[in-house]
Amino acid sequence: MNLVMLPLFTIVNAGPVGGAMATTVEWLLNHGQPVFLLIESLVNGLTGAAEFILSVPPPWLMAPFVALLAAWRVSFGFAVLSLLGLNLVLFMGLWQPMISTLALVIAASLLALIIGIPIGIFSASRKHFWAITRPVLDLMQTMPAFVYLIPAVMFFSTGRVPSTIATLIFSMPPVVRLTHLGIRQVPKDLIEAGRAFGCTESQLLWKVQLPNALPTVMAGVNQTIMLALSMVVIASMIGGGGLGDVVLRGIQQLDVGLGFEGGLAVVILAVILDRLTQSLTSNELTRKSMPQRIRAFRDLWTAS
Amino acid sequence: MPPLISLKQLWKVFGDQSEQALSDLQSGKDADALHAETGIKAAVSDVSLSIEAGEIFVVMGLSGSGKSTLLRMINGLISPSAGEVVIEGKPLTGMSLAEIQRLRRSKMAMVFQSFALFPQRTALENAAFGLEVAGVPQRQRLDKARQALERVGLGLELHNYPHQLSGGMQQRVGLARALALDPPILLMDEAFSALDPLIRREMQEQLLELQAESSRTIVFISHDLDEAVRLGDRIALMKSGKVLQCDSPSELLSKPANEQVRHFFRDVDAASVLTVKTIAETPDCVLRNSDGRQSLESAAAGKEAFVVDDQNLFIGVLRPNGEMITAQQGPVLTPETTIREAINSVVSAPYPVPIVGADQRLIGVISPRRLLGSMLLE
Repeated sequence: MNLVMLPLFTIVNAGPVGGAMATTVEWLLNHGQPVFLLIESLVNGLTGAAEFILSVPPPWLMAPFVALLAAWRVSFGFAVLSLLGLNLVLFMGLWQPMISTLALVIAASLLALIIGIPIGIFSASRKHFWAITRPVLDLMQTMPAFVYLIPAVMFFSTGRVPSTIATLIFSMPPVVRLTHLGIRQVPKDLIEAGRAFGCTESQLLWKVQLPNALPTVMAGVNQTIMLALSMVVIASMIGGGGLGDVVLRGIQQLDVGLGFEGGLAVVILAVILDRLTQSLTSNELTRKSMPQRIRAFRDLWTAS
Repeated sequence: MPPLISLKQLWKVFGDQSEQALSDLQSGKDADALHAETGIKAAVSDVSLSIEAGEIFVVMGLSGSGKSTLLRMINGLISPSAGEVVIEGKPLTGMSLAEIQRLRRSKMAMVFQSFALFPQRTALENAAFGLEVAGVPQRQRLDKARQALERVGLGLELHNYPHQLSGGMQQRVGLARALALDPPILLMDEAFSALDPLIRREMQEQLLELQAESSRTIVFISHDLDEAVRLGDRIALMKSGKVLQCDSPSELLSKPANEQVRHFFRDVDAASVLTVKTIAETPDCVLRNSDGRQSLESAAAGKEAFVVDDQNLFIGVLRPNGEMITAQQGPVLTPETTIREAINSVVSAPYPVPIVGADQRLIGVISPRRLLGSMLLE
């Protein structure tokens, strides 16, 4: 990695605030190299693994599998729709880019959830911590998405790793916020009941607060995944690859057709991901037992 | 034996300046004056009570009287500003959080006004919650939970979720959740207040049945006087954080400590609270069965005579026509019978009905005139 010289260019056009930020970034670059290398190898491993696993099943196996999942979780009609959509992607020759986009989304949102959910839980019971977290989240959400690309490139060069990290930062706020909200919204009397039956604080979290907050947390998971998808397209500018790359090529070459195809594939992926993860937020999941769900699934085939 | 639960000079003041306010109040400052000055009110002020093992102890008061706060101080959900809660001789104040948690798991379970069932758990899983928290293995805890649900009559609803059950059924689950732990102390916070009157009545009867099966110590919070009177062995009447009087229902009714207590009981149907022993009269003629039958009849001289033996044990009533009606043949009341329950036998008997204690001793008699007079009692 030969990036240590890079920041020197950027200070020139920035005012004092930007200059301070740039100095900080530069300091980090010079002193934090081992940490960045560790993060890089971790993220690289994760995205690589995700892409490898998703590439193993051929399209003719993957598409029906997704359709089946859709039939189970959403509806029969949506299963047909997603099957058609995936076939369209395959027909446009965009299957592989879609898979790498999906891998990036999965890796980035997984990391966002692993970091975000504990932060949300932690901040729910600590007012002062939340007072700090909240403005940071506001900042993360309102900062234009492109801005994340610059430090990401500086720390991690170009490619999958900075794309994943920029995506992870951009997509984390909703899950933190909604986890916080979900836990805060657990009715007071349930908390009291938990305590009255002798719960320790960790039992209270695992047995009372989290199960009750689950639908709200899942809404956060859904939002995070959707934001990750939108950011992954932008991250193609720093070599994220996948469908974003197709769109980017469309823009660069003023190729309306190519841009449209890439955009359409993104929309199809987005709709499928959205509906599937949204089904996790419904109370049905938390209220139906496994046998009930299997029965519902069987009824689906016998009834229609 | 010391009382199971004793509360010693318990105070609870909420708010930022509670310490200053507390010391003001303890040194005798007027509560209303303090409220006007600082806006601080004592939720519980200077309450001392002792609750004996095996009794249903009702804390009764209007909303805002501090009764729920008092209940939560017994299991440590709220810690007192001053004073002491002592359970089985051990003060709660000195305990660590872990010790209090252990105490809650083993000694006391709570039933809530809002039911407070966990919506994502089935009735069975809800009932097993306390045991789960206590670390009882799954099979064992589900077994116990099932037994508890069967005891409250929900054996068929094990796998339903709370939202699929009616209000009464939900509170039965709440009761089963507490019973599954088999705790010596049951804390019930307006447990039946959110239910329809008919269901409430059913639940009260069920609670009394459960209490008859295996006696626990039940601290029952209520704002419903009829409920308090029906359930309570003793009632502590609370107003603005203070206990006005603590006594058995009929004592509260017949000997109110002050005007406020009397005011509370204004609308209570005295006949269903007061027992016959409180209005028993001495019979006109009591005869000892040491002499022969002949002398008895002559001594009675054409009046009703109540015949007892040498130890004062009741034998029967001798009618003016010489007919002898023994305790097994004629109507007899126990001292704990309420006046209302006694109406039927007193009215239909041709002579004053004898009241006989559990030891067969004649306590007194009750005539229709006396019965009617008692109903005028103010």
